[in-house]
Amino acid sequence: MKVKVISRSTEDFTRERSGDLQRVFRNYDPNIRTQEKAVEYVRALNAAKLEKIFARPFIGAMDGHVDAVSCMAKNPNHLKGIFSGSMDGDIRLWDIASRKTVCQFPGHRGAVRGLAASTDGRILVSCGTDCIVRLWNVPVSSLTESYDSSDKSIEPLGEYVWKNAFWAVDHQWDGDRFATAGAGVHIWNHNKSAPERSFEWGTDTVISVRFNPGEPNVLATTATDRSITLYDLRMSSEVTKLIMRTRNNSISWNPMEPINFTAANEDCNCYSYDARKMDEAKCVHKDHVSAVMDIDYSPTGREFVTGSYDRTVRIFQYNGGHSREIYHTKRMQRVFCVKFSCDASYVISGSDDTNLRLWKAKASEQLGVLLPREQKRHEYHEAVKNRYKHLPEVKRIVRHRHLPKPIFKAAALRRTMTEAQRRKEERRKKHSAPGSTTTEPLRKRRILKVVE
Amino acid sequence: MGVKRESVTPASIVPPVDQEISDELEVKVKKYLRGEGTNLEVLQDKKLKGQLAIREELYGKSAKAAAKAEKWLMPSEGGYLEAEGIEKTWTIKQEALAREVDVLSTRSQYDIVLPDLGPYRMDFTPSGRYMAVGGQKGHLAIMDMRNMNLIKEFQVRETVRDVVFLHNELFFAAAQKKYPYIYNRDGTELHCLKEHGAVLRLQFLKNHFLLASINKFGQLHYQDVTMGEMIGNYRTGMGRTNVMQVNPFNGVVALGHSGGTVSMWKPTSAAPLLKMLCHRGPISALAFHPNGHIMATAGKEKKIKLWDLRKLDSELQDIHGHANTLDFSQKGLLARGTGSFVQILSDFSSTQNYSRYMSHSMAKGYQIGKVLFRPYEDVLCIGHSMGWSSILIPGSGEPNFDSWVANPFETSKQRREKEVHSLLDKLPPETIMLNPTKIGTVKPARKKEKPSKEERDAEMEAAIEAVKGTALKKKTKGRNQPSKRAVKRKEMVAKARRPFLEQQKSEEEQLARKKQKISEEVQLPKSLQRFARKKASA
Repeated sequence: MKVKVISRSTEDFTRERSGDLQRVFRNYDPNIRTQEKAVEYVRALNAAKLEKIFARPFIGAMDGHVDAVSCMAKNPNHLKGIFSGSMDGDIRLWDIASRKTVCQFPGHRGAVRGLAASTDGRILVSCGTDCIVRLWNVPVSSLTESYDSSDKSIEPLGEYVWKNAFWAVDHQWDGDRFATAGAGVHIWNHNKSAPERSFEWGTDTVISVRFNPGEPNVLATTATDRSITLYDLRMSSEVTKLIMRTRNNSISWNPMEPINFTAANEDCNCYSYDARKMDEAKCVHKDHVSAVMDIDYSPTGREFVTGSYDRTVRIFQYNGGHSREIYHTKRMQRVFCVKFSCDASYVISGSDDTNLRLWKAKASEQLGVLLPREQKRHEYHEAVKNRYKHLPEVKRIVRHRHLPKPIFKAAALRRTMTEAQRRKEERRKKHSAPGSTTTEPLRKRRILKVVE
Repeated sequence: MGVKRESVTPASIVPPVDQEISDELEVKVKKYLRGEGTNLEVLQDKKLKGQLAIREELYGKSAKAAAKAEKWLMPSEGGYLEAEGIEKTWTIKQEALAREVDVLSTRSQYDIVLPDLGPYRMDFTPSGRYMAVGGQKGHLAIMDMRNMNLIKEFQVRETVRDVVFLHNELFFAAAQKKYPYIYNRDGTELHCLKEHGAVLRLQFLKNHFLLASINKFGQLHYQDVTMGEMIGNYRTGMGRTNVMQVNPFNGVVALGHSGGTVSMWKPTSAAPLLKMLCHRGPISALAFHPNGHIMATAGKEKKIKLWDLRKLDSELQDIHGHANTLDFSQKGLLARGTGSFVQILSDFSSTQNYSRYMSHSMAKGYQIGKVLFRPYEDVLCIGHSMGWSSILIPGSGEPNFDSWVANPFETSKQRREKEVHSLLDKLPPETIMLNPTKIGTVKPARKKEKPSKEERDAEMEAAIEAVKGTALKKKTKGRNQPSKRAVKRKEMVAKARRPFLEQQKSEEEQLARKKQKISEEVQLPKSLQRFARKKASA
């Protein structure tokens, strides 16, 4: 007879000294975990509810301006500094961590329309409706050290007067050129008082300009003639011009895929394009109910933030048709400018109510240092939520967002309008000869023409 | 997919030992894959297909990792008993076993003789460390089985019909003469559950925190022990029974009735999920395999039957013999107790063909009331009229425990932690269903609705046209007249039309009946509506 029975001595299965960690034994056999799928589903549901409970995105407001915030610029070299310019000509540098003004840059009369910082973070370029471009030395020491005296005023490095009012400015990546937009597009140099190059294509005002983060010589602009134009500084003229049915207020390049950019349009949508193939948008991002005023990509390139005239800030996936997140408060008015922070974890919005607001990019994210166990738990919650996201109960909880009443109503109205339009189109198609009417997809419908 | 690639490595290159190991792993991987992967070929959506392919690959990898962990990292191996020569395993006595095994294991062979207070029933915590025993004459006790300590013992001085642990060893419920009570470990009475009535059997569903009971009048109660809410209270309508067992796989409660039927219940419906006639006599015992697919039933007509719960049309196996009590061990051994005799059955080839494995006879005159395998140990506990006994059954228990599922060496701190976690993972009662794998899946798209009237008419017309078109056979003289032929044709048309008309009629009748029923319900005065016969909805 051969026999063996299970016999466990306590010493082998418990810790030796009371200071040791408890011993853990694993057996992954599905038979000893009954109803594991139901348990997992309940966990997913709980994770979805927890996410909702902890969704507190608003961190704080930065007040100090006395007029609407018109533009912002982030400093590529300093995580916690952000510049903002307002309609009364005030420019401020903020410390995000303490949410206080570090210093002011006085000089502009009339609205500041464009702000840009050089890649090394030492020079700030500002321009405005007073037809002057100003270069400023950024006080780096006051950002890194703890400042004691607030409201330090700074003299400009240079002041270049030009003929027309400016609407936007952007600094080249890895270079000392910057581009201003206004009556035309002008390329400037740090140490010359007149533009190096000027581009004019048509007579309309150019309202925004952005350099490509990958190729320093390429830039994109939008203008009031409803066009998006691509320029290459190595060539004598413009590369491509795309004319849409409504004008684009702002434009932003995807920093991880620098061939793609997204334009914030007046018709409440954002359009993502591939710069090589402009006759069709890659994706239409719908959800806003009023003109989109500004757009900025996250440094990860996976999502972008938009601010809109409907008083909300939304975050979209780079390939998602609808927004992942909507931020609003009672006191926030029309949003004129938004920025993603350089570590992709915060969003800053500047609005008509003279405040800058700081939001978390992920509404329910836990800030601060996470212990490995906490980290693991968050990851597990994310994974189960992702696994059961298609089930109705989980989906309902995860998708639900409270909307202010005007926006809710406006969205419903827009929905009925588009639905009616679609139905009409469908009927028209049904009652016409087969093949005589074609429905264009929304990705193409809003494009009038592309000029090479 | 990663798994599949492994399996096609040519056998000629791989040395035989490696081949053997990979074959063994293959079997284990299958267990951890929990069923077939999805068929991605039929998908049209490329994006979804890509995502699912990645996911499937991940599942394959994790199953493989788990299989490897099982192969190499498990601290203990399972028990076994092998006969040598002409010896048979079922002739081996407990005394012979005691001489062969280690001292620690012999400590779990014992008889506790308490002749005045029996017959005894008992229950183990999920980790098998603690045992609650209840003698019919009112003796209740909790024991720590690791060091054989009596934690608490007290006398309630009334009949105790059943004892059951709640989620951990701190609380247990006892079905007493008039009501079930909940006690804590110190023997303090915490609750008297009057709503349950005179309960015969108790069961605890540990994933749902539900206490299920069947009382003298055949009423099934479900009570949530966390909030104290009564989840369900159903009349079984099949008489008094003391055969009740929870299927651990899905949480469904099975009751065995005196008419030979087994009914299965969930807390959210008043009608049984399933009723089946298993035996020609009353049912005396019932047990479920831990994987939830096999049910064993014993009838008073001297038969024990094994059923596959996924395919209920006929029994898997029919074993001759009585059983007062049945129990499956974690490794799938089946114990049956009758009179003063216990037999263990086993399916050696895992073909679900049970044959005798071991047997044990108690002293003459002992009446066995309950057999229960101790989880994670090779031990069978027998409650009988003279106390309780414990014997060794090699190969019955799961050798490796999981600290996060059930830990026999749990400290009080771990227990507290575990309690919180299990409360967070508490399942709602709706998750109890016959097929729990349905949870977490999306309903398939609805089938087409009933055909509309026009469609049905068109169908009928088509059938009539088809009949009209058929050529008639040439009949013999007299029956081939044009008038006869016309009659014949008419008959054929009527015959073709009949099934359609009949169906239409029955549907109309059904609709009318439903309407009448609704109006009847409305007609009853408010005070009498509660006596109206409730319709059983499954």
